[in-house]
Amino acid sequence: MAEIALRNLSVEFGAFRAVDDVDLTVADGEFVVYLGPSGCGKTTTLRCIAGLEHATGGDILFDGRRVNGLSASERNIAMVFQFVSLYPHLTVKNNILFPLQARGVARAEMARKLDWVVGVFGIGDILGRYPASLPPGARQKVALARAVIRDPAVLLLDEPLSAIDEQFREEMRWELGHLQRELGVTTIYVTHDQREAMSLADRIVLMRDGRIVQVADPDGLFIDPVDVFAGHFIGSPSMNFIELAPVAGGLRLADGPVVLTPADGVPAWAIESRRPLKLGIRPSFVHLAEADGPGAHAIPIEDLFAVGRERFFTFRLGGAIHQGVEAIGRAPAGAARGVRFDPKGFLFFDAESGRRVKPEAAA
Amino acid sequence: MAAISTSTAPAARRKPATNRLLIFGFLSPTLALLLFMVAFPIFSLINYSFYNFSVLRAASGRKWAGFGNYEYLLTDIDLWNRFVFTGKFVLITVALQFLVGIFVALRLEKNFRGRDVLFTLLMMPMMLSPIVVGFLWRYMFNSEWGVVNYLVSVAGFDKLDWLGQTNNALAAVVIADTWMWTPFIILLATAAFRGIPRTIYEAAEVDGAGAAFRFFRLTLPLAAPVLFIALLLRLIDSFKQYDLFFALTGGGPGSSTETVSFALAKTAFSYFYTGEASALAVVLLLIITGLSLILVRHLTRLSARY
Repeated sequence: MAEIALRNLSVEFGAFRAVDDVDLTVADGEFVVYLGPSGCGKTTTLRCIAGLEHATGGDILFDGRRVNGLSASERNIAMVFQFVSLYPHLTVKNNILFPLQARGVARAEMARKLDWVVGVFGIGDILGRYPASLPPGARQKVALARAVIRDPAVLLLDEPLSAIDEQFREEMRWELGHLQRELGVTTIYVTHDQREAMSLADRIVLMRDGRIVQVADPDGLFIDPVDVFAGHFIGSPSMNFIELAPVAGGLRLADGPVVLTPADGVPAWAIESRRPLKLGIRPSFVHLAEADGPGAHAIPIEDLFAVGRERFFTFRLGGAIHQGVEAIGRAPAGAARGVRFDPKGFLFFDAESGRRVKPEAAA
Repeated sequence: MAAISTSTAPAARRKPATNRLLIFGFLSPTLALLLFMVAFPIFSLINYSFYNFSVLRAASGRKWAGFGNYEYLLTDIDLWNRFVFTGKFVLITVALQFLVGIFVALRLEKNFRGRDVLFTLLMMPMMLSPIVVGFLWRYMFNSEWGVVNYLVSVAGFDKLDWLGQTNNALAAVVIADTWMWTPFIILLATAAFRGIPRTIYEAAEVDGAGAAFRFFRLTLPLAAPVLFIALLLRLIDSFKQYDLFFALTGGGPGSSTETVSFALAKTAFSYFYTGEASALAVVLLLIITGLSLILVRHLTRLSARY
């Protein structure tokens, strides 16, 4: 078990800064997920922590001890890779025992550990098989078993579920979360899949272009994004962003006929704000409404379809298409002619920088 | 042949009569060539091996000898000595080539300035004709004015009679053969090592495997299929070795550095005992085929796993 601290970590490949001045402390036993689009530096950061990549600047500390100069094998970490990294010429059993054999662990101890992981992962029936004969899901299970068999201080997971079919992935995700809590091992998990991140993480580190955008727990990240990128990246369907222009007593949406007024729940500070703003609102805060209903705006609904218990719809404002989601029972009868915005979902962003704007900073 | 017939089987099933004829039409030139160049010589070789016969005295005809030629060969103590000597040579030279070749290939795994140029230069001995290599080394091993003995004396040792003593001569040929054929091992081993995915090594590093453990538990087994092919080719090739000995030692001193092939060539083309030479050739063929079979079997077993 260990606490991991990154201090001004930077990694440069030639002129390219893959990781740019990253600061983060991961508490002992915490499950932290690095989330971000491809090429945002999350995997590079993970590989730095593993010791497979070398930092060109900054420090990596395990329990306060600087480990920059240590090789991967000296750091007491375990890692599961995105693509299969099992040893193809060894049976499942020998793959799992490899880290113990490499360290010269005694036979009895190996047998005991093997029994334990076989029980945890339920892989007793495939111990004699070779990796090539296993489906991707089972391979990653074996990789995970190999990672935890020697009680690593830190468990590093690089998109471990991305090669697995959708159905099995859910199951593995659940097992993984369960296992991590049981072992209490400090875990860093890299993914570009927000659902994985939201369901597994104690804290999510959202990255973009080598920098940390926001560090928050899943709810915090969803409810309180720091900028347009964070708002857009989290949530599915993704957040709607609508240009705002201040007019007398209200905010005009996307240069169109619709004006939001304090009656719609728009705060006074937003109307009085001098800087150009953007409204961010998640689809779940946009409701179908009769055109003349209370708080409704006459915005034509373009498309409407139901998936299970939810009804998805789109509407157009100034050229851009936006989305809304409504629970099926709550949709008004008959053809909806307009939408109503729930002010609880209003988030304001600076139109230029994309940063979130809050009341205290608005003036 | 087997491969050809299996690969054409599905096509033949689709349109039996016409397709089969067409296929045979396309194959016939190759088949004719194979029959003429391979099948015919082998059959006549086997045929000759049962006769007392010399091509020099074709007019005096051939006398049926049954297994007489084989009996004579297998009881000939000199020939047994040739087998022992050849075996010794094969083991030493192939082992040395593998040790040096794998070591160099490991060094070449890492990128460094000029690696590709060095690699190309290292490949050159393999491209030379063995007879040229043989004569080249013969001059270098000359006990009076050869460069090898010059280096030996510079190093402070007594000059060696390289080609005049059996063990020294064997060492000399092993050195020349290793010089010539280690590049082949380097070539295949490098290819095999580079074919191992990087993530496997990264996983091993994370798993705490040291360099030696990685080499013996990962690199070697994963490169094994390719290395086995290299081993097979080198074993067969060294077993047949003739030209290097011919150029370097001429089989001497005496006939102590004659390989089996050398003895075969002498029997066939110096003494012209065609029947006896044919029998020996059949024995060699069997040995080499057996050797190949063992290794090919092993190879199939290895590759069936992954």
